Amino acid sequence: MSDGSIAIEIGEATETGERRQDLRRILRELVRNKAALLGLAILVLIAAAAVAAPLLAPFDPTLQAVEDRLKPPGWMDPEGRIHPLGTDHLGRDILSRLIFGARISLIIGLSAVTLAGTLGTLIGLAAGYRGGRTDDFLMRVTDTMLAMPFILLALAVIAVLGPSLRNIIFVLGITSWVSYARVVRAEVLTLRTREFVSAAQALGSGGQRIVFRHLLPNVLTPVIVIATLEVARMIILESALSFLGLGVQPPTPTWGGMLADGRAYLSTAWWQATFPGLSIMLTVLGINLLGDWLRDVLDPRLQV
Amino acid sequence: MLRYLFRRFWQSLLVLFGISIIIFIILHLTGDPAVLLMPPDATKEDIENFRKLMGFNDPLFLRWPPWEYLSPPWRFVTDTQYGRFFTGVLRGDFGTSFRHQQPAMRLILERMPATLQLTASAMAIAVSVAVPVGIVSAVRRNSLLDHAGMVLALLGQSMPVYWLGIMFILLFAVRLNLLPAFGAGGWQHLILPAVTLGAFSMARIARLTRSSMLEVLGQEYVRTARAKGVSEIRTVLKHGLKNAAIPVVTVIGLDMGTLLGGAVITETIFAWPGVGRLAVQAISYRDYPLVQAAVFTLALIFVIINFMVDVLYTYLDPRVAYK
Repeated sequence: MSDGSIAIEIGEATETGERRQDLRRILRELVRNKAALLGLAILVLIAAAAVAAPLLAPFDPTLQAVEDRLKPPGWMDPEGRIHPLGTDHLGRDILSRLIFGARISLIIGLSAVTLAGTLGTLIGLAAGYRGGRTDDFLMRVTDTMLAMPFILLALAVIAVLGPSLRNIIFVLGITSWVSYARVVRAEVLTLRTREFVSAAQALGSGGQRIVFRHLLPNVLTPVIVIATLEVARMIILESALSFLGLGVQPPTPTWGGMLADGRAYLSTAWWQATFPGLSIMLTVLGINLLGDWLRDVLDPRLQV
Repeated sequence: MLRYLFRRFWQSLLVLFGISIIIFIILHLTGDPAVLLMPPDATKEDIENFRKLMGFNDPLFLRWPPWEYLSPPWRFVTDTQYGRFFTGVLRGDFGTSFRHQQPAMRLILERMPATLQLTASAMAIAVSVAVPVGIVSAVRRNSLLDHAGMVLALLGQSMPVYWLGIMFILLFAVRLNLLPAFGAGGWQHLILPAVTLGAFSMARIARLTRSSMLEVLGQEYVRTARAKGVSEIRTVLKHGLKNAAIPVVTVIGLDMGTLLGGAVITETIFAWPGVGRLAVQAISYRDYPLVQAAVFTLALIFVIINFMVDVLYTYLDPRVAYK
């Protein structure tokens, strides 16, 4: 199976029955692949924690208690309540902050990827289908974005616009469309010469119709694979921005921000920087496991 | 072949032009750079005077109507805000750093050797660990070594760079007291930042080398080499590695850019006196000439490296030049 033919099937299969078969086959593969299952399990757990944060978190994530500051994991406060992962430098419960922090990471990861994926796909479609000067121009823009030192660019733009959730999603999205655009363009270049496109052209379909009805469904597979893996990159980038002080601002708990706070207390309170880092790593690992598998099943030629 | 290289060179120039436009636009994103650059308690007159001084009232890209600005003939594009910025860039002049009161470019060039040293060491460590691990994993597929190597690589790819750096400091500097945690000096100072910075690339290159080798080792010409009685080591290295190297070299080229960008974070954690740390400080002080100079120089290095990768391609795979 694994020669990328599914990509085409999904695009041309108009009957829902075929799609359902594809889906069932993919699910069967998933059950057989332990690494991917593990990744999925990790992600489901983290997503559930993020959604049910107010119910799950044992404490208010922004509640400060200076007398309880920097207590180690498993510490029991005078009221007999246990802080499983200890408290930070302001006496806030680390576990509760981690659970709420998952929300920010997931919201930013998913929104930024949606924005970047849409933008990149459109640019790739335009470049591949129009060709010629449009293609030349768009590819030079792509090269330019690729050459930019990403973190610095994002930092500079956020410093100008202000570090709000919306601006961070905007900046991450607008600077990360390159990989989608390149892959979609390459796919379109090969698809353009295929019979079904010529047939559509011969039948008098306009450019828009060909691009969105015939080409788009066929490039979605690689886009989905890249998008999955990119969520991980977005989460790491967001946490890096928080770490450098230009992420979502306090008191909102973010994993990167928690890590940055914990840096000052490395020698006295190792837990403060360790657990947020582990959370990021676990989430990213889950996404990578799932994404790698998805690539192998859907589009093994893709090198991302 | 020369034509191919010339075309790539021309494209690189276009990319640099694009970069100059982007870093020019950043400052104008809010619409009023004067307000952005002046302290929040500045009076209206102060801001207006500053605006005049910096020429922020001039058109951005084009004097209109152009025929009234033809002495010298190109004045309608050069006597604009971007025109002045661009001619400055051509001369390597990004203006004076607000905070340091020195030419921005000179400050960047002073810090560049430290950043290049860190980035090059990181890449050297990454490649010298990752390529052998990838080869061994591919040759001894599904062995314990293969599994251990790939699990480590997957973890390495999932770790935020700065967290790894902090954990290194915690372990090697705070607990074991083996290596210095901050600053620059002898080779001891270089180890932690370089390994931290190189970790992600190491993981990526190891995985890629493995998959690329696996693909190549299944090819007919490898079987032919074996059938001819070529020694196993020679088969793997000469016939296998040289052909598996193309995707790996691409990724190394691209990763140099990632590393230059990642150096921003690594330098901040380890107080490494390079361009990245200087740029992060410049951003927090709104020292835009310095930020622009830093972004442009790092991008320039990336473009140069990728041009060299293209040249290397034509050696590894001569077909590239004729596509």
